[in-house]
Amino acid sequence: MAPPAQAHRSPSPSQPSGKGEVSDLKSQLRQLAGSRAPGIDDSKRELFKKVISYMTIGIDVSAVFGEMVMCSATSDIVLKKMCYLYVGNYAKVNPDLALLTINFLQRDCKDEDPMIRGLALRSLCSLRVANLVEYLVGPLGLGLKDNNSYVRTVAVIGVLKLYHISAPTCIDADFPPTLKHLMLNDPDPQVVANCLSALQEIWSLEASTSEEASREREALISKPVIYYLLNRIKEFSEWAQCLVLELVAKYVPLDSNEIFDIMNLLEDRLQHANGAVVLSTIKVFLHLTLSMTDVHQQVYERIKAPLLTLVSSGSPEQSYAVLSHLHILVMRAPFIFASDYKHFYCQYNEPSYVKKLKLEMLTAVANESNTYEIVTELCEYAANVDIPIARESIRAVGKIALQQYDVNAIVDRLLQFLEMEKDYVTAEALVLVKDLLRKYPQWSHDCIAVVGSISSQNVQEPKAKAALIWMLGEYSQDMQDAPYILESLTENWEEEPSAEVRLHLLTAVMKCFFKRPPETQKVLGAALAAGLADFHQDVHDRALFYHRLLQYNVSVAERVVNPPKQAVSVFADTQSSEIKDRIFDEFNSLSVVYQKPSYMFTDKDYRGPFEFSDELGNLSIAAESADNVVPAQGVEANDKDLLLSTSEKEEIRGATFNVSGYSAPLYDSSAASVQSELAIISSTSAGSAPSSSLAIDDLLGLGLSAAPAPEPASVPPSLKLNSKAILDPGTFQQKWRQLPISLSQEFSLSPEGVAALTTPQALLWHMQGHSIHCIASGGHSPNFKFFFFAQKAEESSNFLVECIINTSSAKAQVKIKADDQSTSQAFSDVFQSALSKFSV
Amino acid sequence: MISQFFVLSQRGDNIVFRDYRGEVQKGSAEIFFRKVKFWKDDGEEEAPPVFNVDGVNYFHVKVVGLLFVATTRVNVSPSLVLELLQRIARVIKDYLGVLNEDSLRKNFVLVYELLDEVIDFGYVQTTSTEVLKSYVFNEPIVVDAARLQPLSPAAIFMQGTKRMPGTAVTKSVVANEPGGRKREEIFVDIIEKISVTFSSSGYILTSEIDGTIQMKSYLTGNPEIRLALNDDLLIGKGGRSIYDYRSSTGSGAVVLDDCNFHESVRLDSFDVDRTLSLVPPDGEFPVMNYRMTQEFKPPFRINTLVEEAGALKAEVIIKISAEFSASITANTIVVEMPLPKYTTRDHGSFFVVADGESTQIVGGSEHTLRAKLTFSQESHGNITKEVGPVNMTFTIPMYNASKLQVKYLQIAKKSSTYNPYRWTSSFKPLNDPEMASHLNSSNLFALLLAALLFISRNGVAGSRQLLEKTEPEIPEFPKPNIPEFPKPEFPPLPTIPTFPKPELPPFPFIPNLPKPEFPFVPHAPALQKPGVPKRPESPHSASSP
Repeated sequence: MAPPAQAHRSPSPSQPSGKGEVSDLKSQLRQLAGSRAPGIDDSKRELFKKVISYMTIGIDVSAVFGEMVMCSATSDIVLKKMCYLYVGNYAKVNPDLALLTINFLQRDCKDEDPMIRGLALRSLCSLRVANLVEYLVGPLGLGLKDNNSYVRTVAVIGVLKLYHISAPTCIDADFPPTLKHLMLNDPDPQVVANCLSALQEIWSLEASTSEEASREREALISKPVIYYLLNRIKEFSEWAQCLVLELVAKYVPLDSNEIFDIMNLLEDRLQHANGAVVLSTIKVFLHLTLSMTDVHQQVYERIKAPLLTLVSSGSPEQSYAVLSHLHILVMRAPFIFASDYKHFYCQYNEPSYVKKLKLEMLTAVANESNTYEIVTELCEYAANVDIPIARESIRAVGKIALQQYDVNAIVDRLLQFLEMEKDYVTAEALVLVKDLLRKYPQWSHDCIAVVGSISSQNVQEPKAKAALIWMLGEYSQDMQDAPYILESLTENWEEEPSAEVRLHLLTAVMKCFFKRPPETQKVLGAALAAGLADFHQDVHDRALFYHRLLQYNVSVAERVVNPPKQAVSVFADTQSSEIKDRIFDEFNSLSVVYQKPSYMFTDKDYRGPFEFSDELGNLSIAAESADNVVPAQGVEANDKDLLLSTSEKEEIRGATFNVSGYSAPLYDSSAASVQSELAIISSTSAGSAPSSSLAIDDLLGLGLSAAPAPEPASVPPSLKLNSKAILDPGTFQQKWRQLPISLSQEFSLSPEGVAALTTPQALLWHMQGHSIHCIASGGHSPNFKFFFFAQKAEESSNFLVECIINTSSAKAQVKIKADDQSTSQAFSDVFQSALSKFSV
Repeated sequence: MISQFFVLSQRGDNIVFRDYRGEVQKGSAEIFFRKVKFWKDDGEEEAPPVFNVDGVNYFHVKVVGLLFVATTRVNVSPSLVLELLQRIARVIKDYLGVLNEDSLRKNFVLVYELLDEVIDFGYVQTTSTEVLKSYVFNEPIVVDAARLQPLSPAAIFMQGTKRMPGTAVTKSVVANEPGGRKREEIFVDIIEKISVTFSSSGYILTSEIDGTIQMKSYLTGNPEIRLALNDDLLIGKGGRSIYDYRSSTGSGAVVLDDCNFHESVRLDSFDVDRTLSLVPPDGEFPVMNYRMTQEFKPPFRINTLVEEAGALKAEVIIKISAEFSASITANTIVVEMPLPKYTTRDHGSFFVVADGESTQIVGGSEHTLRAKLTFSQESHGNITKEVGPVNMTFTIPMYNASKLQVKYLQIAKKSSTYNPYRWTSSFKPLNDPEMASHLNSSNLFALLLAALLFISRNGVAGSRQLLEKTEPEIPEFPKPNIPEFPKPEFPPLPTIPTFPKPELPPFPFIPNLPKPEFPFVPHAPALQKPGVPKRPESPHSASSP
């Protein structure tokens, strides 16, 4: 008899407006409250149902709070439950009335039926009223000791609720240690799981203020706790298993035996029907084997089949979640999935979000052996009734063409698209042909013949029109009627809505003019005049610029507008490899689905288990500036290479790049060319001008020092550091989480040092000179925060440093973590001496 | 960790709304619905199951036209939340018998009761229908399954899943029969989705079967069950290429690429004799999911021909041949073919043809469909590229493409007269009146068939087909569904299958057998677990015997 159903019955929307109905309810409830007549519970039930259903559809029924509480003195459990639900919902806005409920809730907490005890305790903790917390502590304490596991599970979550209402009360009552004890001893797995969730949340929030809490949080990922949980893993429910596995993924085992033990133990979790369990297990496997390249690759092979089964067995939503994870794996190691490309074929009735992911994966796995079949399949989709997918498929064909050496057949296909005479197909294909020509100018003859036959009237989309105009300008010497097409386009200047197209038109007319002056002169005049009169600032400026350039000197103008071009070898990647690595670190989370690291879409307060990496994320990562300088050595990297984290790869390439001197091809973008100039300096002048090469190193962010080794005198002989130490951010984070703090000290800075710290960069260069490398830095005056690392010269033993500098007090707080604890004091001395030498 | 859970109707009304953590604003349901509804306007086709608005992450799954939504601000595992939503839907269905808007509205208090126990402060506590029984006190108000609204063709295709309908039974796990008795039943279905793509020359380009063995149990007392699959079942390809068809024919063995199992399944003897043992939890669940790319014979072939008849006209000819035994009939057949937007005859861009007045096709027969199309604009000679793919859905009882079988199902009933540990060597007496089991092996099928048309580069017309099989939306039961055995080829087994019982009335199996009168107590399963609600011990521990 839910009112929504009633509303359904009468055709007009008789959604209760609220007021009248609520006061009706109020009086009815009042009548029932005192009554002890038989069958009274049934009428109460009906009324309560009504109240709850109003609450559900969003009508405020808080006015009947008092009456609800009066009616709640009942032994009928269904009534009790509805009343608890109601009270939990409105107590927050009625804190005074909520006090009324405390009494009967507390009494119920001592009921002999564990079900009632549990229910009452849960409702008591759900009131969310700050001034009632004093009533919670007692029942919670008893609940945690209850001999019934249901009551204990409720009590554990109750502690977490208490913490969110009033953290000090929870801490003062010493609940976290009690939870820890329960976690390690309780026979009921769900109690253990709830303790783990509660402790993770409490200690993560406390960690920012309390040293002890952060130690406790780290103790959760210590060997005894992890082993204890792993040994019980099969007792847990599938959801609790996910929780435990998520924790295990953070654990860093000491040696490879441990790694294999854990993997063998968890092997059968890969056969679980619940996708969440399988993905958590995969995360553990991937993270455990990051440093073991061959095993890591075997893991990829092993997880392929379970992932594909999950993709095809669930609802479209579930397979989307799994597919997103498969997607990131395919992107990291396309060669491993190259033979499975048929699994990524789209089915006509799949939702478009699934199809899109599949298209991207098809693009990624294309190689010499399967390109033909993949492109054939993609061409089928191009005629699809689903237009967005048709567009995506054409783009995918283009991307494959751009990444392959043998593009012969693909160019043919693309040209066929142009002949299909469907406006969106033509539009997409034109943009692709343009990109293709920029990379493979040798195809111009074939393409131009087809492009020339396209009527510009049929192309409406700005992007496609711009591409067409660009080709007309660029290849006007090969296209008979280029000047005349441009002429007709110029005549329609006024009707052209897109500024982008008008800009391209200006440039194309200029280019055409240099190649075929007599035919184009008239158009050029018209175009420049129209451009000068254009209301769009950029178009106007460009026209004016061309005009003056031509007035100044025609041959200079030609050199500016139409210089000889070199083919583009690699188009800039949109997503930096650092970001990709970070997403990989956050495997099995929303980051993968959104393809963004969590700090980009989550508020600081809700980062949950990833808070450490976020901390790093807010600081500027030194490697970030390296994004644009991926050298274009192509796909020469061998298979193992591809499995390394992408930023690691860059470092390796960067290394060869520095040694062999500048060899990257010319870039289109001006930013890149500035950097390449710098790179040239770096290869010629390294050594002779240490300060400049240091600066360049930092710009390139390769973490490699071309600087001369620090003078031996400055380093105490007890500890030699590796001047070319390398550590990728992922490993850094992992180690930082795992290692205990071996030293925590405070140093003073010299006044010169403080003065020099106007920009954090200065300190980075300075420390690099002492073989201490920065991995992340950030902050604003007066507080700066740095993460440094260093490696011993002979062995790969790392030191990790967190250094917080306050310039107003001239103090530096330093936390040092070390693989080898015994040398941390020696390192601390090195660090201090390096820091003290810092000045302008 | 989730913050809110709610269920929205197709029009966007809240049917249930539960806020667990108070971290997300109350208006989230409206924000969500608006976003999903207007997603298309932003140039995308369909809202993805997960998206973020102002720092709030919205997860949703569509089940029978309803939106099951969860919100959170935390970066959680998406597959965990989506699995959870699906699971909540299933648990609700287990309790209500039928899951639809009507039943949900009538039983919203029960649903709140469930939600309270499933999630506490955003953390999942239990999703086991079994465990939840001891916490749930409301009785379901049963909605007549016959009143289910027929789904529009579009809705059938929206639900591309093979999971959802599956089971023919629409009975609540807590409701009792009209006579006050509870029937001991267990249902097993094998459901397969087939996808096949043919080249123009009839050569199979890709083929895959995604299957599920689905179980729905109404057994009391949690007896252990053994489920035996084909003896020669192989799992894993042993390094062979997935698409290497030459080597996989002839042997007759069923080779699965991969499979996964429900958590209650124990695989102790699986490697030895291909039997699964499990204590089935109450309600519906998949025992095993599997994937197979071994070559198999598709049940239908479709040839499609599009002939242009003048600039604005074309004719479509679809030939369907049923390539299965003449003793079997496929029914509920729908053939569908998307057409270009500028088609003027035939309403919209879809047309549906049924084969004459009946939608049945007998095995071995061949049918041809013709349709004439008129266009409002010239097709530029590409009409063959723009129509299709042809989709076909159907149901074939007693047919299963993968040849995977459940050979027998054995129930060990734990009672005082039987030694629970001897059940492996003994079996239930055939005339045990309190137990009736149904084994519907492979009798619920629907296939989706699709054929894409294309002109190859040298101008030769060909056709390409995509076959796909899902199971039907509409529950089949009760209907004459004949349990799979005794089958003629059934080998004499050491253990005699628990059923069929020769004394039983002929199939279709009639549910109301004489049974011992059990004083059925609705809320307290007092018979099996004495005094569960009042018992001082944990309901959690009750699940592990």
